[in-house]
Amino acid sequence: MTAPLAFVDFTPGQVFELGSYEVSREEIIEFASEFDPQPFHLDEEAGAASILGGLAASGWHTASITMRLLALGVLNSSTCQGSPGIEKLLWRKPVYAGDVLTARMEILAVRPLRSKPGLGMITMRLETMNQSGAMVMTYENPALFGMRSNNT
Amino acid sequence: MIRYFEDIAIGDEMELGSHTFSREEIIRFAEKYDPQPYHLSDAAAARTHFGKLCASGWQTAGIFMRLLVQKKQALEAEAKAQGNPVALTGPSPGLEDLKWIKPVFVGDTISYRRIVSGKTESKSRPEWGLIHGENHGINQNGESVFFFKSNVFQQRRDRR
Repeated sequence: MTAPLAFVDFTPGQVFELGSYEVSREEIIEFASEFDPQPFHLDEEAGAASILGGLAASGWHTASITMRLLALGVLNSSTCQGSPGIEKLLWRKPVYAGDVLTARMEILAVRPLRSKPGLGMITMRLETMNQSGAMVMTYENPALFGMRSNNT
Repeated sequence: MIRYFEDIAIGDEMELGSHTFSREEIIRFAEKYDPQPYHLSDAAAARTHFGKLCASGWQTAGIFMRLLVQKKQALEAEAKAQGNPVALTGPSPGLEDLKWIKPVFVGDTISYRRIVSGKTESKSRPEWGLIHGENHGINQNGESVFFFKSNVFQQRRDRR
């Protein structure tokens, strides 16, 4: 087993491909029913009549799917200790039923924390694209990481 | 939020209601969308600075959205029953400054509030305007746990 990625292993400019996720019609409706029950996230006709132009996933759903890809792609094999928030999130295009989303993460900045010895802040930029290569969502995400993995 | 863009005033404030986070729903959300150890088990969370199981920040955000939409739908039903017009709300182009200020633990009750902080006419979509909001989540001890600045399209009265 390889050691988890720690603060010292990340450098600005590094890029991680996080894999892909197919968004089904059923899942769009299931997520929206629980968290965002607006008509254009629940119903084809209402979606078609809206700015979105078709049944489209809640933006919170796109963000949650990207979170899953980031957790499984990098964070769960790292010393990540959570995130204080999200900056500049843009929902740039609708995500429609059947879309296959692909996410990538780029390291923007790394900064040790004086207030929390042993931890550092890493700012990541997330980009989520659809199967046509169009960007559907971007955001910046600072997160805390342990400085070194325990077994190094 | 059922009023037309022109009729919404900066400073308008609305209580959206509250939600108590159960262990089951925290784990169910995390398994599907945020499978990091501190969202899945107490034992794993105890090894981090969180100390105990806490909700995914995206779940805290999702519950905000649910309460916002439910509030809007209740106001809509009331307006329609009285024969009053209801303005359409569109999607959101994005958000800024989302902060997960404190963890949300099992059994915490979060109350959400939305304040209108600005308005922008849309040049590209003249039948819509953008409403800017500041959104807060506060736990049962009165501590802020969640915040973000929202931007949402709202229908204009004079351009229908």
